[in-house]
Amino acid sequence: MTATATSARSDLSELGRSETALRTFLHGLPGVDQVGAEQRAAQLGTRSIKTSAKAQAIDLAIRMVDLTTLEGADTPGKVRALAAKALRPDPADPSCPHVGAVCVYPAMVPYVAEVLRGSGVHLASVATAFPSGQAPLEIKLADTRAAVEAGADEIDMVINRGAFLAGRYAEVYDEIVATKQACRDAHLKVILETGELATYDNVRRASWLAMLAGGDFIKTSTGKVPVAATLPVTLVMLEAVRDFRAATGRQVGVKPAGGIKTTKDAIKYLVMVNETVGADWLDPDWFRFGASSLLNDLLMQRTKLTTGVYPGPDYFTLD
Amino acid sequence: MFEYAPAPESRSVVDIKPTYGLFVDGRFVDPTDGGSFKSINPASEEVLAEVAEAGAQDVDRAVRAARTAYEQVWGPMPGRDRAKYLFRIARIIQERSRELAVLESLDNGKPIKESRDVDLPLVAAHFFYYAGWADKLPYAGFGPDPRPVGVAAQVIPWNFPLLMLAWKIAPALAAGNTVVLKPAETTPLTALLFAEICQQAELPAGVVNIVTGAGETGRALVEHPGVDKVAFTGSTEVGRAIARAVAGTRKRLTLELGGKAANIVFDDAPVDQAVEGIVNGIFFNQGHVCCAGSRLLVQENVADRVLESLKRRMAQLRVGDPLDKNTDIGAINSAAQLARIRELSDAGSAEGAERWSPPCELPERGFWFAPTIFTGVTQAHRIAREEIFGPVLSVLTFRTPAEAVEKANNTPYGLSAGIWTDKGSRILWMADRLRAGVVWANTFNKFDPTSPFGGYKESGYGREGGRHGLEGYLSV
Repeated sequence: MTATATSARSDLSELGRSETALRTFLHGLPGVDQVGAEQRAAQLGTRSIKTSAKAQAIDLAIRMVDLTTLEGADTPGKVRALAAKALRPDPADPSCPHVGAVCVYPAMVPYVAEVLRGSGVHLASVATAFPSGQAPLEIKLADTRAAVEAGADEIDMVINRGAFLAGRYAEVYDEIVATKQACRDAHLKVILETGELATYDNVRRASWLAMLAGGDFIKTSTGKVPVAATLPVTLVMLEAVRDFRAATGRQVGVKPAGGIKTTKDAIKYLVMVNETVGADWLDPDWFRFGASSLLNDLLMQRTKLTTGVYPGPDYFTLD
Repeated sequence: MFEYAPAPESRSVVDIKPTYGLFVDGRFVDPTDGGSFKSINPASEEVLAEVAEAGAQDVDRAVRAARTAYEQVWGPMPGRDRAKYLFRIARIIQERSRELAVLESLDNGKPIKESRDVDLPLVAAHFFYYAGWADKLPYAGFGPDPRPVGVAAQVIPWNFPLLMLAWKIAPALAAGNTVVLKPAETTPLTALLFAEICQQAELPAGVVNIVTGAGETGRALVEHPGVDKVAFTGSTEVGRAIARAVAGTRKRLTLELGGKAANIVFDDAPVDQAVEGIVNGIFFNQGHVCCAGSRLLVQENVADRVLESLKRRMAQLRVGDPLDKNTDIGAINSAAQLARIRELSDAGSAEGAERWSPPCELPERGFWFAPTIFTGVTQAHRIAREEIFGPVLSVLTFRTPAEAVEKANNTPYGLSAGIWTDKGSRILWMADRLRAGVVWANTFNKFDPTSPFGGYKESGYGREGGRHGLEGYLSV
């Protein structure tokens, strides 16, 4: 077992050196049957999570939220308020955990960094000409370096979907490797933008490509195209990180982002993590939700579980 | 760790009576000789109700009631009016589906998620589908004016009690026949609740009669001279006895019997979905499925990988309380069935196959069997040849498509088969050569009222479902 794993590890690290090797490997991955994958995701969605299990899931989900604002209208005041909320999501209840991270544009990183310093809440910044990724590589790398220098410890990059869909896998690979270097110590989340990749086979290939190139996390979406995170897409990505760890020994995180708005949705994702990759991934270090409005619904359901009643929406902060 | 808290479906939605009579001529009546038996919850061995046992005289009474209703009411009734009753029954089933699902899980042991999401939706769909045929029989392809057969004797098994009832009663009634149905002795309760639904729908008396009992009741029913048509779903052994009993009579016969289906996985299959299909093929309904994919034929060059994935997936299966909404595998239906599963599994070990089950805590009371796979199985093993009818999978390997076909067909049964490959052309090539009534491609255990279902060889004859399912109930 160890011997095979080691040899597999070295084989995989060679793949990025040749376009042909990369293509052969990615196209040799087992296919995904669309109907079957969607059916499995739907089945997992019927699990009934109640009482103590629900309370546990809600707190875990809060700790996994990457509280996000990615708007042209973002200002220092707006992102400071968001960061304050990340630290104390429910001011009325000190037992409520803080979220996983705050996620903003690079220009907003310094303002968030002031608030979060020393808190344990991570600071994520999108980079690489987010959301389209359609800029020269040097500019994408400069974008990344600037975000890291300003205090981001997590970088959410976008892959070059144009190159991926055109079959230029080595180009996508090289960009991820270069961005990873530009990140230095910061964690790299690789956004696949699965809504633009369209097929589950593509999602599986892009997941492996991102992991082979050194991504620490694979993330579904920017939230800027009509189709964002879905359960079946996340299922395929979870299967990919599971198989990648079995092949290489390295664990990679998963972040569905965009469109996850309710506690019910979030719990479906946690059930899927639990039954697909297991407890090793049930931790904010290995699974995150890219979301903004989700947090208040989690807080409302949390209060309902502890007090027995739903408070009105005005009892939760809008930041 | 993320432990799911208990999420039990409420029992209070269903009102189980302490005793049940026979449903004859639109009313619940006591049996002539007063015999009865108990129906228990296989998950706890708790007695659910005492149910009347129909003797020969009771069966005779039911067949006469069916005959009168056939001649005077149901046979002459225009199809569009029969359709109204069937649509009404279908709608009541939908309205009362939660109640029926809970009762089915209590009496049968199957997980509530299956009775709720599979059995009941299909039961309603069968009644809706055949209701649609009732006034369109001249267009079913059996001539311009197909006539009903008369009184149908129907004997059904315990694995899908209400669904098998729907498969039998819906087409029979749509075609203008009346029925006497005998549910299995371990699972009579949903059939008796269905009888109440017939009353609620104001179905004319005698059109549907339910006689409860065991083998002797069934024998009296199929051997009754007043019966025109016999439909049976169950074991091949009993099917043979019925075929002998009706031989030489005017009775028409359809049989849906056992199976030992091959689920064939090629090296280009989508592995994760194939594993789901294998699990669904054999562990759905505790493997109490005549078309279960009980033989896994996996291409030898991917066997290790597929088995590793399969074992990992099996470790996620949740075995336990059938009424818990998160239960994947419920209770074995009866002590007798559990004994048979144990006997064949022990034979598998004794004959040298390697047995594996995930770590799995079984409840103390009730009838339980952990999901099990046997590897290193050959065609010569009993567990590769005999129907186990439980959550036990036999794994065999093959090298070429031709060998896969040869092994898949090398069984006296021929009910179903599954093919897993990314190649469309190979699916068609295989389907042409497999001697099985149903061939699933990249899926398994999919049912639909519009699709005919039935067997080759010793899996029986006749088709149920679809336009084809009308044929057995029409004089054509």
